[in-house]
Amino acid sequence: MLLNQFLLLSAVLFAIGVYGVLARRNGVLVLMSIELILNAVNINLVAFGAFRATVGGEVFALFIIAVAAAEVGVGLAMVLLLYRNRRSIDLTQIDQLRG
Amino acid sequence: MDALLAIAAATVAGNDLALGITEGGSWLLRNVWLIPLLPALSFVGILFFGKKMPRGGSELGIAAVGIAFVLALLTGVAWVDHRDDFHGEEVHVAIVQVDDHGAAAAGHGDDADDGGAAHGGGHPSLAVHRTTTWFQTNGVEFTVGTLVDGLAVMMLLVVTLVSLLVHVYSTDYVHGDRRYTHFFAFLSLFSASMLLLVVSENTLQLLCAWELVGVCSFALIGHWWEDKPNSDAALKAFLTNRVGDMGLLVGVTVLFFAAGSALPDRFGSFSIAETNALANSGALSHTALVVAAACLMAAVMSKSGQFFLHTWLPDAMAGPTPVSALIHAATMVVAGVFMIARMYGVFFEGFQIGGSSINLMALIGGLTTIVGALLAFVQRDIKKVLAYSTISQLGYMVLALGVGAWTAAVFHLFTHAFFKACLFLGSGSVSHAVHSFDMKSDMGGLRKDMPHTYRTFMIGTVALAGLPPLAGFWSKDEILVGTGGWGLMGGTGGNGAYTLMLGMGMLTAALTAAYMTRCVYLTFFGEFRGHGQPHESGPRITVPLWILASLAIVAGLVNLPKGFQLAPGSLQERFGHFVEPVAGYFPAISHATPSWSLAIVSTMVVMGGIAASGWYYFVKVEAASKAAGTSLTELPDGPTTRYPLARMGHTLLANKYYLDHFYNGVVADGTKGPLARMANRINQDVIDHTVDVVGETAVKAGTVVYQKIDQLVVDGVVNASGRGSSGAGEKLRKINSGKVQSYAAILFAAATVLAGVLIVIV
Repeated sequence: MLLNQFLLLSAVLFAIGVYGVLARRNGVLVLMSIELILNAVNINLVAFGAFRATVGGEVFALFIIAVAAAEVGVGLAMVLLLYRNRRSIDLTQIDQLRG
Repeated sequence: MDALLAIAAATVAGNDLALGITEGGSWLLRNVWLIPLLPALSFVGILFFGKKMPRGGSELGIAAVGIAFVLALLTGVAWVDHRDDFHGEEVHVAIVQVDDHGAAAAGHGDDADDGGAAHGGGHPSLAVHRTTTWFQTNGVEFTVGTLVDGLAVMMLLVVTLVSLLVHVYSTDYVHGDRRYTHFFAFLSLFSASMLLLVVSENTLQLLCAWELVGVCSFALIGHWWEDKPNSDAALKAFLTNRVGDMGLLVGVTVLFFAAGSALPDRFGSFSIAETNALANSGALSHTALVVAAACLMAAVMSKSGQFFLHTWLPDAMAGPTPVSALIHAATMVVAGVFMIARMYGVFFEGFQIGGSSINLMALIGGLTTIVGALLAFVQRDIKKVLAYSTISQLGYMVLALGVGAWTAAVFHLFTHAFFKACLFLGSGSVSHAVHSFDMKSDMGGLRKDMPHTYRTFMIGTVALAGLPPLAGFWSKDEILVGTGGWGLMGGTGGNGAYTLMLGMGMLTAALTAAYMTRCVYLTFFGEFRGHGQPHESGPRITVPLWILASLAIVAGLVNLPKGFQLAPGSLQERFGHFVEPVAGYFPAISHATPSWSLAIVSTMVVMGGIAASGWYYFVKVEAASKAAGTSLTELPDGPTTRYPLARMGHTLLANKYYLDHFYNGVVADGTKGPLARMANRINQDVIDHTVDVVGETAVKAGTVVYQKIDQLVVDGVVNASGRGSSGAGEKLRKINSGKVQSYAAILFAAATVLAGVLIVIV
């Protein structure tokens, strides 16, 4: 079982996701990066589930996909509203909560 | 009598007491509650619809009282049938076994009975009794119902008749009054309450009705309350009555528990029949009866205007005259007399009336009758003369009850209702014509202008003075006989020889004749002293006057004395036969033998009173008036100006024995002053002082607490935490950039650190 390859893929995906979340200014791209992080976790879970020969990993992955779908629905709606109100989806400009 | 004693003896031996009441009887006698119900309904009707009716609700009141009168008449007929011919089942009540002493007490009428005439054939009577549960609490059942015997039936007749006549009279007298409808509503309520009172089956019901008539009296005295004296008079009447009502409340309560002690398995009893029967049988403790009788006597003194609680009654004349006639002459004020007559077993045993000794009731009655009669001499107001006369006559009735002359008292109540109502309505008719009640300044010589009023007033006067053959003579004579103190060719054999009471009665007879002569002279003789031209009143006033005057003539004939040779035996003592109960709930009283000599002497005494007063007014004052050329009301140099003693007496009477001064100045102020001072001292020294000390201490403690604990500790903590939060917030504010991605960076950094920690530790 080549667990290491899956774990490496997962780590790379996670790193790309983190980069996207921290560095991109476009809200939609930030959401997509979050999806990358989630899917990295999914790969991790499925890989370990297969490695340990239990279905728990796959079940967890399915839950995460469902939650991610909901999360992306909410996130895209927020981005859409942001655009409507401000004609921009640049996250660096949205700092009304500054203390 | 023998039958009654046999019953008493048998019941004491056994454990069963015959009450002398029955649950049977004819429909009319069992449904007598309809009579009070009718005016009660008319009260409600007038209250809600009276103003919209064409005659302001008076027609409703007249109709209700009229039907009630017809019903009362039919009930009277039914009672006459029932009295001798009813053979139904008698009600018995189980009692606790009493010892021989009690049995002896029950039969103590025996000794005094020897010389007395047996009562109306001695055939027992059965009162018709009907009850229903009023409410129940703690297993004690309170009932409401009717007890119909001769006394109740007689009262029903008197109340409905006088009430009906007064209603008719009022439609003219208060015509156009600002509260016409209100007046008739209260007349109806009063009639209903009074009728409820006379048919009461138990003392609790009696108490309620007693208070109700008091309220009506209050409302009607204060009918023209816009004038201060009227509302003052109403308050005085109400408050004075409250004094006596406390006595009634206590007396009723004492009797309730006293009866409970003699009835097995029963907590107490309000039933009039039971209480009286127990008192008669000797099953109740004498102490309880004395206390109860004395308390009830206080109620009688206030309600029936007995000396020294009579002062409200003359003031009550502030009300409209029909009210004075109905409430303060014919019906409500006799409620006290009625109550004694109703609870006679209690009074008879409590005051030991059969014992021939001077008792509280006879003494109060005797004093009242003289005190009232004397006061009537110095009044200028015609209604006040009649008010004091009423007090005097009520004293007569109480005196009669006090010496055991039950029938005489109730008979006097009966006749007095007619002639005194007649006199009051007559005085109202006079005031209607001259617009005043002042005999001295606004009346005189009215006999020519008001022939009907004059004639009826004269009939009432003669009846009140007590000249044969008018009503007052028969009843007054019977009372004098009943004192049992005469002893010359009869006139003895009552419940002992009350010679003092006989003397008081005789004196009052003379005084009554004299003050009524004065009143008649000042009102109807001499020359008119008022303004304008007086005129005779209309038929709605004169017709009731004539009806009452006719009754004042003939009412006395219903109770011709026993052994009266000029009348057949079947006409003698009819009233006594049908009204006086011979039953378990009525004591075994003895009856004095009537005496021709007493009747002649009392008539001569009355003539003497009339002659003395007549000589003064009709001869001396008349002559002085002619000499002076004006109509005088007294001699310019009369006895009061010539003799210091007479002047002092006059001053004493003019000030009403200073009783009002005594009540207001001594009793009211005397209690008010020290009470107020004591209250003030307690308030200032005790309560205020305590409050002050507590307050001062609290202020000191509060200061310490405030300065040390509050300011330093609590505030310090609060301030410090506030300042700390503020400083921390100031520092942390910088982190809160509002930029999502810097938060995410911190998140990931923290996660990385945590992951590192996890790896190192695990």
